Amino acid sequence: MLRDITLGQYYQTESVIHRLDPRVKLAGTVIFIISLFCFDKGWGYIGAAIFLAIVIKLSKVPFKFMIKGMRSIMFILMITVVFNLFLTPGEVVVSFWKLQITKEGIRIAAFMVIRLAMLLIGSSVMTLTTTPNNLTDGMEKAMRPLKVLRLPVHEIAMMMSIALRFIPILMEETDKIMKAQLARGADFESGNIFKKAKAMVPLLVPLFISAFRRANDLAMAMEARCYRGGNGRTKMKPLVYKKRDAIAYLVLFAYLAGSIAVDKLLW
Amino acid sequence: MGIIKTDKLVFEYIRRDEDGNVEGINRAVDEVTLDIKQGDFIAVLGHNGSGKSTLAKHMNAILCPTEGTIWVDGRDTREEDEVWNIRQTAGMVFQNPDNQIIGQVVEEDVGFGPENMGVPTKEIWERVEESLKAVGMYEFRKYSPNKLSGGQKQRVSIAGVLAMHPKCIVLDEPTAMLDPNGRKDVIRAIRALNDVENVTVILITHYMEEIIHADKVFVMDEGKIAMQGTPKEIFSQVEALKALRLDVPQVTLLAYELQKKGIALPDSILSIEEFTKEVMHYYEQKGRKA
Repeated sequence: MLRDITLGQYYQTESVIHRLDPRVKLAGTVIFIISLFCFDKGWGYIGAAIFLAIVIKLSKVPFKFMIKGMRSIMFILMITVVFNLFLTPGEVVVSFWKLQITKEGIRIAAFMVIRLAMLLIGSSVMTLTTTPNNLTDGMEKAMRPLKVLRLPVHEIAMMMSIALRFIPILMEETDKIMKAQLARGADFESGNIFKKAKAMVPLLVPLFISAFRRANDLAMAMEARCYRGGNGRTKMKPLVYKKRDAIAYLVLFAYLAGSIAVDKLLW
Repeated sequence: MGIIKTDKLVFEYIRRDEDGNVEGINRAVDEVTLDIKQGDFIAVLGHNGSGKSTLAKHMNAILCPTEGTIWVDGRDTREEDEVWNIRQTAGMVFQNPDNQIIGQVVEEDVGFGPENMGVPTKEIWERVEESLKAVGMYEFRKYSPNKLSGGQKQRVSIAGVLAMHPKCIVLDEPTAMLDPNGRKDVIRAIRALNDVENVTVILITHYMEEIIHADKVFVMDEGKIAMQGTPKEIFSQVEALKALRLDVPQVTLLAYELQKKGIALPDSILSIEEFTKEVMHYYEQKGRKA
């Protein structure tokens, strides 16, 4: 179940997008999302779709692979559609019983679907082409200015990378505990949702205990290896901008300006 | 003064009830005095709860003594300014291989220690390469630690400590969670460190087979050092070891039992080769007499 979600997974291949600096990809994702919320006519979305299609093509990640991971999110998408469709006041097109679909509702729902779908695909392009490590490194460096606000930037990045390292270990552990409890006659399958939730308790308690024990061990191991926060630390793989990153930045800003201009000027 | 020296080291775990009142005091390490020479291979032996892990954690300044003193390379671990120097001098490898690997790629994990020490990028790469080669894990440098076996993970952990260029490595039961093959690989890597790189090794274990090659063995019981000496000296006292709930290697035990039955074999035979040689020798002599 958890394995099917491609959002946040890395797809190993060689491409220009893969080789870009993670900071460029982070900025790109943010710019892309901002652009999506700037459009208020259809033209901008066509521009955004073309841009996204080119990036996907360049990244060499199969489109099917990207879509596969979105199935689980479809549900959330449907809910937003339904709410927008029925709950927007305005000129009534169809009405039955107490519900009515308005012209504005259709418009907003359609835009919402396009926006969210492109947002999800756009951000999954980033995670699919960047190793988690690279991504946390990029975040750490991109957020460095926030240190002035006393935000523990390095610590957040370290926490994220440790969490990512322990996901497969804890999944394996969950599996083990589940089997152990099944062997003792636990039942995770039958009953209604409350019963199922209650059945999870004997799974979660040992998992939490073991996670805390691991955290304790890991903290000790890190201290033993002289870890004392971000100060005075050097990097084994420092991030350095290359020429292609500069070009990518230019392309991004050209896209942002171009697509907004198109959206505002055409009708 | 050797690389690690303790003087009447005492450590107490204080158990408290829910209100924080002292319920009881556990003396995990009790007046331990020892002196370890640079370049030695030291084994610390003891059954569960004998205080050997607690002692090990003092050598890395993870725990501070309740009473007494411990010096690591001449530095007192109670001095706060020296903590990081001490941890650089005496590296530590723990029992569970999963819970001490921080990086998501083998080479990044090995680079973690040098990164923390502020070593320049170029030198980090050199150190990572040489330490991975020293433990025979260089081909795996691009792997995810999750894809390695227990023994391989443990060798990566050793490389991670080695990359910090310590004078001394403390290994706290590094093989306890491994299968026999993984155990053999790890022990081989540890011995190579000691022989080739001349790093002082302090191996905490309860597997007798692993201490055969040690220069000196300390046997701990209830927080005290119960016996010390070379492996031969230790293993010659089979009854004393049994009283401490420790097993001697099978071949040593066999020789000891044969001795008791009146077959004149020398004391403390440690390896199968030695045993066969001595038995052959014994029967040759016997044949000659008859």
